[in-house]
Amino acid sequence: MADKLNQLTLKQAVEGLKEKKFSSAELHQSIIKRINEVEGKIFSFVEIVDKENPKQIEKEGILKGAFFAVKDVLSTKDIRSTASSKILANYVPVYEATVVKKLTDHGAEIIGKTNCDAFAFGASTENSGFGPTKNPWNTTKVPGGSSGGSAAAVAADECLFSLGTDTGGSIRQPASFCSVTGLKPTFGACSRFGLLAMASSFDCPGPIGKTVEDCEIVFDIIKGKDEKDATSVFYPKKKQVKKNLVIGLPKEFFGGGVENEVKNLVSQAAKILEKEGHRLVEISLPNTSLAISVYYILVPSEISSNMARYDGIRFGSNRESFENEVKRRIMLGTYTLESGYFDQYYLKAAKVRNLVKADYLNAFEKVDLILGPVSPTPPFGIGELINNPLKMYLSDVLTVGANLAGIPGLSIPCGFTHDNLPVGLQLLSPHFSEEILFDIGRQFQQITDWHKRKPKL
Amino acid sequence: MEITKIIIGLEVHIELKTKSKMFCGCPAGHFAKQPNTQTCPVCLGLPGALPVPNKKAIEWTILLGLSLGGEIPKLSQFDRKNYFYPDLPKGYQISQYKNPFSINGSLCLDNDKKIKIKRVHLEEDTAKLLHETVNGEKVSLIDFNRSGVPLVEIVSEPDLNSSDEAKEYLEKLQQLVRYLGISDADMEKGSMRCEPNINLEINEGDKSFFTPIVELKNINSFRFVKKAIDYEIHRQFEEFREKRIEKATGNKQTRGWDEAKQITFLQREKEEANDYRYFPEPDIPPIEWSDEEILNFKFQISSYELPWTKKQRFVDQYGLSDYQTNILTEDRKTADFFEECVRLDKVGVIEIANVIINKRSPEGLSPDQLIGFISASKTTSWNSEKEIEKLIEKLLKEHPEVIEGYKKGKPQALGMIIGLVKKDKNVLVSIDDIIKKIPL
Amino acid sequence: MARLTKDEIKHIAKLANLKVDDKQSALFAEQLSAVLDYFAQLEKAPTDSVLPLFNVNESKNVFREDKVSPCLTQKECLKNAKSIFNGYFKVKSIF
Repeated sequence: MADKLNQLTLKQAVEGLKEKKFSSAELHQSIIKRINEVEGKIFSFVEIVDKENPKQIEKEGILKGAFFAVKDVLSTKDIRSTASSKILANYVPVYEATVVKKLTDHGAEIIGKTNCDAFAFGASTENSGFGPTKNPWNTTKVPGGSSGGSAAAVAADECLFSLGTDTGGSIRQPASFCSVTGLKPTFGACSRFGLLAMASSFDCPGPIGKTVEDCEIVFDIIKGKDEKDATSVFYPKKKQVKKNLVIGLPKEFFGGGVENEVKNLVSQAAKILEKEGHRLVEISLPNTSLAISVYYILVPSEISSNMARYDGIRFGSNRESFENEVKRRIMLGTYTLESGYFDQYYLKAAKVRNLVKADYLNAFEKVDLILGPVSPTPPFGIGELINNPLKMYLSDVLTVGANLAGIPGLSIPCGFTHDNLPVGLQLLSPHFSEEILFDIGRQFQQITDWHKRKPKL
Repeated sequence: MEITKIIIGLEVHIELKTKSKMFCGCPAGHFAKQPNTQTCPVCLGLPGALPVPNKKAIEWTILLGLSLGGEIPKLSQFDRKNYFYPDLPKGYQISQYKNPFSINGSLCLDNDKKIKIKRVHLEEDTAKLLHETVNGEKVSLIDFNRSGVPLVEIVSEPDLNSSDEAKEYLEKLQQLVRYLGISDADMEKGSMRCEPNINLEINEGDKSFFTPIVELKNINSFRFVKKAIDYEIHRQFEEFREKRIEKATGNKQTRGWDEAKQITFLQREKEEANDYRYFPEPDIPPIEWSDEEILNFKFQISSYELPWTKKQRFVDQYGLSDYQTNILTEDRKTADFFEECVRLDKVGVIEIANVIINKRSPEGLSPDQLIGFISASKTTSWNSEKEIEKLIEKLLKEHPEVIEGYKKGKPQALGMIIGLVKKDKNVLVSIDDIIKKIPL
Repeated sequence: MARLTKDEIKHIAKLANLKVDDKQSALFAEQLSAVLDYFAQLEKAPTDSVLPLFNVNESKNVFREDKVSPCLTQKECLKNAKSIFNGYFKVKSIF
């Protein structure tokens, strides 16, 4: 068993350690061994902590010995945090992000920092200042993004779970591309303190894991009000989830832009849930086609302001070092906030954002949750979309809605295409009702075993 | 050609003396501290840090707004003002643009002229810059201790028509915030700063012209306010006579006051394409007051006696002159001291007022010591050099410790001297004269 | 059609404190124009009676009490700076 410890789920590992089936040093060694085997092929990590010495974890807690990977846009004290951008190549923070601290306070141990699109601007991890991460299922394909390294590291069993961040799909889409489970929590459920801001009214840190169960364990620890984040809120008490749910399938999520193979796999998944006693109904989210415009006005606007602190004085190098996509988004957002264009772009988009949110709230009057694909396509090729920003932006069409509305979303593996590329299922539920996603997600993973498949590396 | 109107509007910044900064827990008092010792990820603008607003600073801003007769809108919010400068760590200042905490206030001058106040809003201070030469290279040094200190901005309408009015407006504002106890408002220490916007209306024949608006900076002492404005009025008139440039969009200038040369100098020609790209601060939820909360603020402000109310009461209650009340109500401490003395009164209100106003008593007396001092002075009627010398000799001999104490500046010692003098019925000298004779 | 000119790109770059060379500004002008064209779809959305949504979870009045908490040491404060002098951050003279 010892040489496969890295393949354990978080739950199995924590229980195994508690029952002393193996030591944390053995677990650590097995993970490091795996990292050494596969990093050359996929490049999930930009920084690995203490690669040499097997770690015997002393700190007690319910996550004792849980070795996890952290997306590089989360501030980690005394561990280099570059946001995968050259501008922060040597930045070593003096403070810890709240979500990271909550995990380590419970005995979890950081194994390393994962690669992402620089500052999380992107959907492929190709915009990293340090080179692209490759999809463990097919190394000519992207792992998705921006949390591509976090998803690939979990898929390749280089950690037990990881933290990602989701601004417009950055947890769900890479989880889908790498066939792992990822949760984008309700906005405000998890503290953003220490998350290197991309778009402040969109960003959500969240877990990527091997199972729904693992994501729930992590979420239960990182959620809750943080005095240091004024937009975080007290998480309400868990409600009992009904046994038979009404699942809405938005017709806009199964439209022309979505590839047939993706549609078929997701529809099959819906039918599996129908067999379990849930009811499927078609719904409409009429403003879906506007969501991308709203998103790509509001997000770059906030970005242009959030990126202004990178002036090379207190940390980092100067603004010349920004990657092209970073510059492009800063320019776009600067333009849409200019006083002459503010009403036409920013204000208009903020209003349409309310319409998009209303779409979801109206839908939840009729259904308990919404089901659809995560991405309109399976993982695309490295280099395929990099020179066409608009086309790259359009690939976020099914995920940005949840961020515009602030609702939670879960991505779970639901099958493979004919050429063995993963496809993910997206579940969305009302604000602060993550328990619905976990319940139905767990049920799905009890029936299916897509999440148990391992890539050959 | 003549000046028919001087038009001045004032933007005043006041640092609040809260315990902690505006958006983080670092101490707000930054004067004379070691550089960069009062910072944290938030006020340093480190990646990922977030602001959480200081409740007290918001309440104080509301109180200031109310004391200026302003309205408190139900909905307020913070906005980001985006621009780049090395003293601005985040590349934006958290300020208020669309919905400030208070609007439509006013401040009344002694000539009963009402100066309208457009808005009172809250923002964060910037870091402090020092300009030095290090190893032959000209550099700017940055200290972030001041970064994030709560700063209130009070913006007047251009209702002021002379440098004297501007100075009086500033003095009244300073007095007000000191009464409220929300700021030291010390211009020399930078906790109060003012930026006058000045232009002129000039008449020639039957035509009138407006000169371009100039914003004046660097006025870091009360003494300079009048001088700087007067210089600028003169300069604008001369410049118009020569160049005949009229006010137009985009030709606003920023000029600095050079105290050494006693002139204003050009800092920024024209308003550079300074588009601040304001938008609502997404890290801070908006602020909405309920009717009860606004009522509660109004109740709180009603418990303060504002300077002008106190002044009127002193006139009514004590029958003092305008001149006397102006001095006695200049600050709350003097006013309270006066009233405490009056409460213990054995010597008469006018006498107390005069002694305080003319600073006839030694410094540091308690109210009852002051009363004692006045009574003692009153009972003495004549003096002679000899009497005084005799008395001092006697005191030196009998109570050397008291005299020593007085020399060291202990206020109790003076009280004891007064007591000793009062005990000695034979002595008929004034305390003032005794004090003068004590060998120092 | 929104067509950003090279001059507009330069103006935006100046506001954004970015240096953009001629080649890059031509590329950005083209790419951003395409994105702005796409945004035109928003014009037809009926928003006359719709309020803008700035704070997605609609919380209000979040404050902290006026309490002092520990600061970074000077050393920690200056730790990641490129250029320091006598406890200060140092930049080229801005006067």
